[in-house]
Amino acid sequence: MIDAGGGVLHAVADTYLEGCAEARADGFGQLIDLTAVDYLTYGAPRNLPAAVEAERFEVVTQLINHSTRERIRIRTQVNADEPVLPTLFDLWPGAENLEREVYDMFGIEFTDHPDMSRVLMPEEWVGHPLRKDYAIGSIPVQFKAASDER
Amino acid sequence: MTVTENNEAIDGAERVRRRGDDSAVLRLSEADAAMIGADPDAADDERVLLNMGPSHPSTHGVLRLMLEMEGETILRSKPVVGYLHTGMEKQAEQLTFLQGCTNVTRMDYASPLFTELAFSLATEKLLGIEVPERAVWIRMLMCELNRMSSHLLFMATNGMDLGAVSMMIYGWREREEVLRFFEKVTGLRMNHNYIRPGGVAADLPDGWQADVERLLELISPRLEEYDILMTGQPIWRERLQGVGVLNADEALALSATGPILRSTGYAWDLRRDEPYLAYPEVDFDVIVGSYGDSFDRYAIRLNEIRESMRIVEQILDRMPTGDYRVQDKKVTPPPRVRIDQSMEALIHHFKIFTEGFKVPEGEAYAAVESPRGELGIYMVSDGSATPYRMHVRGPSYINLQTMPHLMQGGLIADGVAIISSVDPIMGEVDR
Repeated sequence: MIDAGGGVLHAVADTYLEGCAEARADGFGQLIDLTAVDYLTYGAPRNLPAAVEAERFEVVTQLINHSTRERIRIRTQVNADEPVLPTLFDLWPGAENLEREVYDMFGIEFTDHPDMSRVLMPEEWVGHPLRKDYAIGSIPVQFKAASDER
Repeated sequence: MTVTENNEAIDGAERVRRRGDDSAVLRLSEADAAMIGADPDAADDERVLLNMGPSHPSTHGVLRLMLEMEGETILRSKPVVGYLHTGMEKQAEQLTFLQGCTNVTRMDYASPLFTELAFSLATEKLLGIEVPERAVWIRMLMCELNRMSSHLLFMATNGMDLGAVSMMIYGWREREEVLRFFEKVTGLRMNHNYIRPGGVAADLPDGWQADVERLLELISPRLEEYDILMTGQPIWRERLQGVGVLNADEALALSATGPILRSTGYAWDLRRDEPYLAYPEVDFDVIVGSYGDSFDRYAIRLNEIRESMRIVEQILDRMPTGDYRVQDKKVTPPPRVRIDQSMEALIHHFKIFTEGFKVPEGEAYAAVESPRGELGIYMVSDGSATPYRMHVRGPSYINLQTMPHLMQGGLIADGVAIISSVDPIMGEVDR
């Protein structure tokens, strides 16, 4: 991982899990937040270190060290063609529902996750609403039909 | 798991790391759940899948629980959420930074001022502005009063869930007194849109000190009444003590914050540990429990009301004079009187409310200690007048993950006490 200063670290899919495990060993004992950003239509320069190649998705993981009262934010570039990252469940079980939300909203899959399913949208929903190419408004609402075998 | 066993566990968080059938979390899709119920040849002694909610009197809104039962005992459970999902994070990308507060204030409807505060702090971080001292103290006053009203609401609903129906009436009564003050200051009982980037929407009205003093005088003896009514009462203790136990390692592993983490004896409060506003300048104690059970969570919230009152008393004495919002023309509209006198002021006012103000590009995260735990806003701006992305770290959503672990092995009647003691606000869970 590349330290950009100010508590921000940059990672790619390959260094993500290892970097998080190291941070945990260094005393960052609690996962405080995990979310993603879709940079598809971002109009400004991305402001990434030279060694990091900008990708469409960025998974933002925030960790906290209670003894030194420090926080770090790990920004991980995720490829749009293959939006896959390893799960953090084994390090912090609290990642379970946060990763499910990212999967639900952005379609980023977390491998080896115990329950990679939608959490806020209905199970049979198509599309990932927080992606920038997911239009707002004028979408026909998907209604569930009651199955006959009840 | 009893309290003693819990304290003796070596890897305290092993229980919450399980993935298989012995985990407390029921990882079952809707379609599979429907299949289980459809089997007509199921044996009588088989485990039963019980559905609770989304519209159930004890589930605090629209929380639905899928419970795997063996007799009266809960084995595994799954909170099913999303019934109130309205895409507020997507909505935030369409609204300007000024309109954003109207959106976020509706998330946690029991403590709206905290979401407004987190949103404003994140925006101010990107803007690089500092709000005047009086605005800081007004924010602190309003937030502490809001913590009181939110915990009083908890007292009411927790009492009702456990059959202490008079407590429900008392809790609502006292909360209403606080909301009456909010109405006087902000114009609304809830969803205030009062704390905004750059300060607060309006100065405190004349005579606010007398109102707050009256409030403190009124609520203080009533808290003593709650103690008599509930804290020492054997039935109340019987229903809550040892119910829904979590240890500190488990709470940390599950990313829990707020009263749930503190009930395990782990003192972590952002007001003390990562101070924001003017919290370093006031005296207060961080309340912690020792057993991590439902009773501790109740007692922590009751005593946090007392601590909030202590902070409010200090604010009353020390409220600074000055401006209630930053005088930065970029983010602050001109005063109302100027609009009648100056064309430029009128244009300026119009521009701010139609186009909004531009926020420099970058990303920022701001967190506050809400009554439910760490409430954070992660904001990405691309230099325009609307956030490029706004993410809310909702404490209720994350604390909800502890619920299956709290419930495992307990009775279904205790399940109601546990839901209540986690105190989830579904508006913020589903967003």
